[in-house]
Amino acid sequence: MPRIIVEVMPKPEILDPQGKAIASALPHLGFTGFSGVRQGKRFELAVDGEITDEILESARTAATEMLSNPVIEDVISVRVDDEDAA
Amino acid sequence: MSEQTVTDKEFNIDTVEHASTTPDTDLPWAELGLKSDEYDRIVEILGRRPTAAELAMYSVMWSEHCSYKSSKVHLRQFGEKVTEEMKKDLMVGIGENAGVTNLGDGWAVTFKIESHNHPSYVEPYQGAATGVGGIVRDIISMGARPVAVMDPLRFGDIDHPDTKRVLPGVVSGIGGYGNSLGLPNIGGEVVFDSVYQDNPLVNALAVGVMRHEDIRLANASGVGNKVVLFGARTGGDGIGGASVLASESFDDSKPSKRPAVQVGDPFAEKVLIECCLELFHAELVEGIQDLGAAGISCATSELASNGEGGMHVELRNVLLRDPSLTPGEILMSESQERMMAVVTPANAAEFERVMAKWEVEYSWLGEVTDTGRLIIEWDGETIVDVDPRTVAHDGPVYERPYHRPSWQDSLQADTFRSSQAGQNLPQTGQELGRALVDLMTSPNMADVSWITDQFDRFVGGNTALSQPDDSGVIRVDEETGLGVALSTDANARYAYLDPYTGAQLALAESYRNVATTGAIPMAVSDCLNFGSPEDPEVMWQFAEAVRGLADGCQQLGIPVTGGNVSLYNQTAGRAIHPTPVVGVLGKFDDVGRRTPSGYERWADGQAIYLLGVTADELDGSEFARGRGHLGGLPPAVDLEAEKKLGEILINASRDGMIDAAHDLSEGGLAAGLAEMSLRFGVGARVAVDGICERDGVDPFTALFSESQARALVALPRSEELRFTDMTSARGFAALRIGIVDATSGDLEVAGPFDGGSFTIGIDELREAWSAVIPSRFAGLGEATEAVRQEK
Repeated sequence: MPRIIVEVMPKPEILDPQGKAIASALPHLGFTGFSGVRQGKRFELAVDGEITDEILESARTAATEMLSNPVIEDVISVRVDDEDAA
Repeated sequence: MSEQTVTDKEFNIDTVEHASTTPDTDLPWAELGLKSDEYDRIVEILGRRPTAAELAMYSVMWSEHCSYKSSKVHLRQFGEKVTEEMKKDLMVGIGENAGVTNLGDGWAVTFKIESHNHPSYVEPYQGAATGVGGIVRDIISMGARPVAVMDPLRFGDIDHPDTKRVLPGVVSGIGGYGNSLGLPNIGGEVVFDSVYQDNPLVNALAVGVMRHEDIRLANASGVGNKVVLFGARTGGDGIGGASVLASESFDDSKPSKRPAVQVGDPFAEKVLIECCLELFHAELVEGIQDLGAAGISCATSELASNGEGGMHVELRNVLLRDPSLTPGEILMSESQERMMAVVTPANAAEFERVMAKWEVEYSWLGEVTDTGRLIIEWDGETIVDVDPRTVAHDGPVYERPYHRPSWQDSLQADTFRSSQAGQNLPQTGQELGRALVDLMTSPNMADVSWITDQFDRFVGGNTALSQPDDSGVIRVDEETGLGVALSTDANARYAYLDPYTGAQLALAESYRNVATTGAIPMAVSDCLNFGSPEDPEVMWQFAEAVRGLADGCQQLGIPVTGGNVSLYNQTAGRAIHPTPVVGVLGKFDDVGRRTPSGYERWADGQAIYLLGVTADELDGSEFARGRGHLGGLPPAVDLEAEKKLGEILINASRDGMIDAAHDLSEGGLAAGLAEMSLRFGVGARVAVDGICERDGVDPFTALFSESQARALVALPRSEELRFTDMTSARGFAALRIGIVDATSGDLEVAGPFDGGSFTIGIDELREAWSAVIPSRFAGLGEATEAVRQEK
């Protein structure tokens, strides 16, 4: 089934407590060499049938208005799932 | 996302030397919110133009929020109208992070209420969460362990779409932060009114306790002592306004405008609490200050001016989360979960050991001096050289013009009775019963437990009472049962009709709520939420409210120990109703003798007494709200009567005479009776005939008038004589109006009206009463849903 992938990240200047917690846990578990972690989220929007420009546009709107909180998050990408397109 | 290629030296540093040689450089003072005369004053103080970093400091510290420039001249009354008697238990007064009151047995308590209104509108979850975080840090910085929080909340119309966005976020944010900290949320308020549309009020109160010897103050004393910043790293949070500094004075190609909101991390704050308490117990800090509004600008200038007068700081030592921050931005950043302390060189190693134990990051910034100057360097180059007092304390003070609004007289002339001419008021038993149900299922009288159940009320195991009782009660000393009671109240409709009386009514209700549980009221903290001080009519409301509150505190004999002013609460030129939220703190020798707000099943047959007298006071009432009317004059205040009522309730609790007590406020006797029955699902049979006869009022007025200084109590028949002896000895009206009826499950009200009586099933009432809020908000947010599923 065709999918649209939406990726959202906390804005770079905003504190990311999850990322911070992971960053401090990494060396405790022996994973060294990482100086920082930021954690975002990925959405997979399934579509019945073909992904038209219209549906993609609707996904973009949903991404900025509903899937992300524009005050503290950025939408990084809204794209058609490549694996499926192949 | 663009690559983070900005390195930390790409911008030019505006040094003091540079500023002296470039007097004509244009600085973005207007964008930073300074007025031209304020900017001129800064130039005059410094004898040159400020550097960008100095401008950043002055602009945030001279803002309304930090300098109280419009409110100061009025707030002085809180200090002036204080008698020696009122000061006897006051250990630290207004001016520090929070006031401290002596509880006895070597214990002290500190509490304060603050606003986080605007951030909570922009980003409800984080705004409300960081509001809790900020007020908790104020309490820590006094040396206390925080023990509870409370949240007075005001939202727009319950059915407005934006309320559906704001309320669930705010509620989740408060729960998410407070619950994670392990602090019980013991009460507050929830009010819906369209005046708060686009301008919700999210106030937060925190209370902490400490031993006397643990009290800490915010001052940098001891020349040569070291200044340390610890806790979270500094990022670009909350410096939306400061971005003009970045774009106009420095590098134009910065990647993004700085966000105006902050994101909190409650787990970091929890570690900070424990870490600070260890520092206090080991006596490792000389002075301490939390970082809230205005961040490092505020902490350095306040610590320096409260101590030896000078401080020397290297700003490059600040640990950053975002290396592209400019010095001005670092000074203004409102990143959460940070503290600044002053430590003697001898204690530095031990301080570092405590930091390592709690895995808290820290950096030594500089030292205390006696030069009278706050010097801040950036890589050894001086970028700030100011007298810290001019930043922290000698900001502008405005005597804003104010006058009574032109519409105030016509508003006060528009009484509820005149508005209802030709309308039917409930008269028959059936109509009165219907009116009671309508009242209890209106948004502002409805059950708020859908909201408060998302907050942890009992964590810590010391909560003796919480919502829906009249006050939250927390045990302080587990051996003796010593504890405190807290209530916050405000009726903005009353304050709109008459701000002087309205502020006193808020004080009276809060005082009454504390006394109703049996605690002795001791201290006041206030959060004054108003519109724009530049509007003379709003300024009049503010001036009147402060005058009323200061006079009221003097009459009740309890001092204001601290608080907060929130101005500019208006949208599109329309100000909110004046909302002076008053928190009163009371003391219990033993929380075991607290009085709950309803009768329990075993109280079957106990006598119900109404204390106080009822007059025709329906203007501004909840019943009038139901009819869409707001006008006339608020109920009369009688603080002497409140004091007497308080003494009766406290003595009755101490001597074990009463088993339940509930104050009468919004919704009057009708709401009081309903709430007492709803508390434990136990009915009652009462008659209003005696009230009508004695006070010369009709049954409708007896039930719905909001006359003050009234309370309901339930007591065993064996105590009736002793109790009425006490009330008559004090000349206070007490009338037996009915009995507790644990068998019927009904609230039955009889009186001189058609039908003779009406009956309301408690279970049916509960069903409707508790459905009002969830029917609008349940299932709107992931977080709230998760909480509900866990239950």
